[in-house]
Amino acid sequence: MTDLNIFLTEESIDGADDGPLAGKTVAVKDNISTKGVRTTCGSKMLEEYVPPYDATVVSRLKEAGATIVGKTNMDEFGMGTTTETSAYGPTLNPLDEDRVPGGSSGGSAAAVAAGDADLALGSDTGGSIRCPAAFCGVVGIKPTYGLVSRYGLVAYANSLEQIGPIASSVEAAAALLDVISGKDPHDATTREKPDVTYADAATGDVEGLTIGVPTELVSGADDGVVEQFHDALSELEAQGATVEEVTLPSVEHAVQAYYVIAMSEASSNLARFDGVRYGISGGYEGNWNKAYARSREAGFGDEVKRRILLGTYALSAGYHDRYYKKAQDAREWIKQDFNAAFESVDVLASPTMPTPPFKLGESLSDPLQMYLADANTVPVNLANLPALSVPAGETDGLPVGLQLIGPAFGEEVIIRAGSALA
Amino acid sequence: MSDTVVDADEVRHIADLARIDLDDEEVELFARQFGDILDYFGALDEVPEVEQEADLVNVMRPDEVHDGLTQAEALQNAPETEDGYFKGPRVS
Repeated sequence: MTDLNIFLTEESIDGADDGPLAGKTVAVKDNISTKGVRTTCGSKMLEEYVPPYDATVVSRLKEAGATIVGKTNMDEFGMGTTTETSAYGPTLNPLDEDRVPGGSSGGSAAAVAAGDADLALGSDTGGSIRCPAAFCGVVGIKPTYGLVSRYGLVAYANSLEQIGPIASSVEAAAALLDVISGKDPHDATTREKPDVTYADAATGDVEGLTIGVPTELVSGADDGVVEQFHDALSELEAQGATVEEVTLPSVEHAVQAYYVIAMSEASSNLARFDGVRYGISGGYEGNWNKAYARSREAGFGDEVKRRILLGTYALSAGYHDRYYKKAQDAREWIKQDFNAAFESVDVLASPTMPTPPFKLGESLSDPLQMYLADANTVPVNLANLPALSVPAGETDGLPVGLQLIGPAFGEEVIIRAGSALA
Repeated sequence: MSDTVVDADEVRHIADLARIDLDDEEVELFARQFGDILDYFGALDEVPEVEQEADLVNVMRPDEVHDGLTQAEALQNAPETEDGYFKGPRVS
């Protein structure tokens, strides 16, 4: 294993003797429960937490014959864009150790990029699979909401998050998606998987495909990123795809809506960490509320506190209509905008991240700037759509990712388009 | 500068609601940051009211008994237990 602080727990968990993933190693993000193996969510609060059951995706990995090689570092409870908010220190980017791997599934993407695992699982609430995939030069898929079970995923913002695959090729990521997707009686939001084999969709054939480019998702990106993005589009055009501009006016409000909704859900979800049922207990004096508040002060890092407090604020009396209700309106508007776009195009394309990977420490001091980096990924989660990030060249020696967005349960088409590039 | 003023007392009040103690440095830091962040969220005012299409349907299934966690498994991560129960601090 490389020394990039990729794994929080190294462990060999053997799967079945045979299956579609036999002989493959998989790294699993540390917010996905593994029976008997410590699962910290990158937090001090869960330093000693050992789940008594497996997440559905973990059971499916085992049944498919995969060997799980460890639990990967992540932003604390999935809250971050760089894997620097982990209580266990940042993961380094295998392509440039002075830079972040992206987040929050930074450990998982780095594990694949460094060759420490063939495949990895991440979770994506606002881009947490696609961002590190882009920053580490690998492939990541955020599935349609409801395609992959969230049972056993430690919740941060339930209405937005999905577990998804990270791999070094689109075909390998699609094969992992085949294993983990489909209905699960433990998660009522799951649906039957469409009757397709995703790995077979990675044909690399884009002849006749119409790719829409939302102008709003290109205008804010760095020049070097935009240049690589256009080169990749030209490559797809050369292979027979048609590229046309589209407009999604609603996405200008996506970052605001995303953070209001995610923080509101977080403030509720993280109430369970009270030092009584889970979490560290300092054995503090005082009544229930005081002991609870001190346990949470000691157990949570700054970014988690920031989001819980802002979420509490957004839901509190007098502010609910101003922030939360408006964010829900924005979410619906974004869904309608995407639906309208998919009436004329097959997939949408944008840069995954507006910049190349940040230097370590560069973005920690200004949370708002960090939130703005998610501008291209969060609209997808608000609309519950599938999206994929594929490597699209380099700028100044650093990787650029191209994002392909599909209609709901249209994973097949983004896999087909993405496989023409990686 | 931000138009939304969040002072230290307000941060303490929210922290109280959220059951998170903060030290003075954190209160100062958050008071400064929250103004900017909430100003930014304020741009949601420009969002038009949008007709929500209700695409939700109830999913029903028969109520069947399945195996669940044992009591010991459910308690295994609790810092303190007594007689098969979670043990918490006093209520008041």
